This record gives sequence, C-alpha cells and structure tokens, in this order.
Amino acid sequence: MQVAIITTLEQFGAFFLFWMSSLRSVFRRPFRGRHLLEQLERIGVESVPIIGLSSLAIGMIFSLQMVQLLQPFRAEVAVGTAVAVTLARELAPIITALMLIGKNGSAMAAEIGTMRVTEQIDAMETMSVDPIQFLTTPRVMACIVMFPMLTLMANVVGVFGAWVIAVGVMDVESATYLEQMFRVLSAGDILQGMVKAAVMGYLTAIICTFYGYYAENGAQGVGEASTRAVVTSSVAILIADYVMAMAFWG
Amino acid sequence: MSMIRVEDVYKAFGEIEILRGLSLNIEEGEITTIIGQSGTGKSVFFKHLIGILKPDTGKIWFHDTEVTAADNDTLVEIRKHFGYAFQGAALFDSMNVAENIAFPLREVLGITDKKDAARRVSEMLDWIGLPGIENKRPAELSGGMRKRVGVARALVTKPDVLLFDEPTTGLDPVLGETINDLVVRVNKELELTCVVITHDIQASFRISDKIAFLHEGVVAVEGSPKEVARSTHPLVKKFIENSFNELEV
Repeated sequence: MQVAIITTLEQFGAFFLFWMSSLRSVFRRPFRGRHLLEQLERIGVESVPIIGLSSLAIGMIFSLQMVQLLQPFRAEVAVGTAVAVTLARELAPIITALMLIGKNGSAMAAEIGTMRVTEQIDAMETMSVDPIQFLTTPRVMACIVMFPMLTLMANVVGVFGAWVIAVGVMDVESATYLEQMFRVLSAGDILQGMVKAAVMGYLTAIICTFYGYYAENGAQGVGEASTRAVVTSSVAILIADYVMAMAFWG
Repeated sequence: MSMIRVEDVYKAFGEIEILRGLSLNIEEGEITTIIGQSGTGKSVFFKHLIGILKPDTGKIWFHDTEVTAADNDTLVEIRKHFGYAFQGAALFDSMNVAENIAFPLREVLGITDKKDAARRVSEMLDWIGLPGIENKRPAELSGGMRKRVGVARALVTKPDVLLFDEPTTGLDPVLGETINDLVVRVNKELELTCVVITHDIQASFRISDKIAFLHEGVVAVEGSPKEVARSTHPLVKKFIENSFNELEV
C-alpha cells in the first residue's frame, strides 16, 4: 500500500515536471514549423474521414431515436434543435476527442515510447536537443488547433446526418425543423464546444506524450504505456468536460 | 594533462549504488576500453561524461572545463566535442539514413544549407563504406549497417571524442570485426579519442591503448593491455581466461 502511494506520488511529480518543461518549450527557440505542419496533417487532415464517419453515424442514430421519442407528442420538429445543441455543446467534442485518442493518442504514446526504449531519445540528449520540445511541442500545438477544427466539422456532419434521417426517412417537415434549429442554436453553443475541444486536445497530447516519454521495459512496456495513455486521457477528458460544463452552465 | 579526468564519482539510483568512487583518466588520441560485468555502471558512466547524468559527488573534467559544474549552455558546447555511437545505433526510424546523419548537422552545428548537408552526409557514407544508401530507412538496414550509420551520425559533426557503447554486441564475429576495425580507423585516420564499452575482451586487447576494468562501481584494474593481462585481480583473470579459452576451443 505504502509503495503504491509513493509510486503514484512519484508519477504525479514526474508528470508535473514534464508538464512544466513542455510549457517552457513552447516559448523557446527553435520553433519547429515543419514538425508542426506534419502533426497538423497527421492529427487533423488524416482524421477527417474517421471523424466525419463517426459524427455522421452519431447524428443519424440520435435523430432516429429522438424522432421516435418525440413523435407521440407531435414534437418531432424539435429533433433538429436537440441534436444541434447537444452536438455543439457535448457530443461533438467528446466524440472527436475519444476518436482522436484512439487514433492519435495511442500512436503518440507508442511512437515516443519506442523512441525511448530504442535509445532514440537518449541520442537526442547527447546532441543537446531537448526531446520534450522536439517531440511534445508540435503534438500539443497540433492537438490544440485540430481538436476544435474537427469538432466544428463533426457538428456540421452530425447535424446533416440528423436532418437526412429526420426529413428523408422519418418524414419530419424540413423548413420547420431547420427554422427551429437555427432559432435555438447559438454561436455560444458552438464556441463552448470548441473551447472544450481545445482543452481536451491539450490534455490528450500532454498525457499521451508523457506516458510514451517514460515508457520502459521494451515492447511490453511500450504497449502498457499506450494502454495507460488511452485510458488516462479518456478519463481526463470526461472529467474536464464535466468541470467545463459546470463552469459554462454556472 | 589528460583530456578527460574522472575524479571519485559516486552515483546511486534510489538505494542502488552504481558508481562508488570511480576515478579514471582518458588520454587524448588513445583508444580507452572499459570492460566489466553487466550492470557495473558502464553506460551510466558514459552519460556522466557528457553531462546527461550528474554524479551525487565527484568531478569530471573535459580539458579545463568541469562537466559536473557546467550550466546548460556550457554543456551544449561540451557535447559538441563528443559523438556517441549507441549499442543499438539509436537511428531515428521516422527518418531515412541521410536525414539521420544530417540531424546533428542541423541541430548541433546549425547548418541549414541542404546542399552542404547532403555533401557532408555523402562523404560520411563513403568513409564508412556504405555509399548510396541515403534514401534507405533504418528498418531496411542490417544490424552492422545500422551500427556503421550510427557511427557516421556521431562523426559527422567532427567531434574530438567518440564514445562507443558496446559496438559489437548482437553482431556475428565477422561483422563485429568490421566494427572493431572501424573503431581503429576512427582513431588512426580521424585522430579521434575513442572510449569503448565492450564485452568483447579479445577485441579490447587488440585495439586498445588502455583498458579499464570496472567492478562494483570502481575501476578495479587499469593500464595497457599487457598490464591488465598481468593483473592478479581474480575477476579480471577469470574474464581473460574465459575469453581466451573460448578462442582456443
């Protein structure tokens, strides 16, 4: 028990130092523009299909369920509003973050972990290259930029999917559906979701790179680091979402 | 005065003492080999030489500069004098061979001219006997090729000292011999000081000017290969007997 507590405290300490070091790295030269572009492409552009597909599915399923639920009350025209507001405030950032943790967060931890166990990070240190700046900063910056962008896209695609099902399949009247949706949905709702996504992106990048950076014990250790990175960052974004929802609501 | 002086260095990780008063002088232009059992702190010692690890007590000097008291900027300058050839080569697998060798040119020397970097990379690959592999990925190379590319990357900045961490481990005897020859070439042709960690006792006696035997965190025996061969230290005798008996079999 005592050992477990000490280990946990050590982990928190190591994470705090890593976090501080990564913060300092953001403002220190050299600025690695090419690496940032690579990460923007990997995290952002290459994630468009998976985020598009998952948000389309969520929008369609949500719409199907909501229409069935609201039809007995003749309130099915409100489905557009419910889907759009829920997506903007909660579902789009959460779905986007969870998909990106699975796709990119695990890859970050595995890639950096492999570099650790094959001494590639040590090699950087011998050349006086700060590995935290080299490996973490571009990923953190790219996540902060791309999570909100992809969340915005998820909003649009999800709302479109919901409209297709409600109007095309469930015969909800399109004009009223859209009119109600645009009347209730505000720019603040969308902005709220994007701010959440940026925070989630930061948490994902910093947690996943941390676990990769301190990976040890060969291939098994890298696998364990990836698993821990995915689990911890998933839990962290859900807690952060709750805290932010309370803050925005309050 | 010795190029590198290590004075009474102690280092522990938690309760495990790795270095327990290690002292050693490394002379300019020589090949110094460090041998010893696994887990005696040989790699930890290397990391102290270039300031990646700081000792709990003790001092390390590179010429007139105390590595152990150096600030970050001084350490960056000191590390420019060192190249480090890793046991597993430690090539960046997201980059091809040319990008790997050019990496320290850009990051350490600040060379941004791509043509100049490409010329230096090509010269380095010619020198290690692997011309034309610039576009290959590390995964496409054999173990021996990877080690040689790792040496090329360590050499490209023209350091004064090259540290070899178990250069022949994991290689067959023929390839191992190629790498040992490369160590000698680096020392003779480029006039670099070489420090080698190895388990290859036979090779260490053949290529070294000086051998240091590490045992329980201190240098138990040091001297020329002849002096070490005459040592009465029981573990050194056992090491040497086992290695040369293998040869006779």
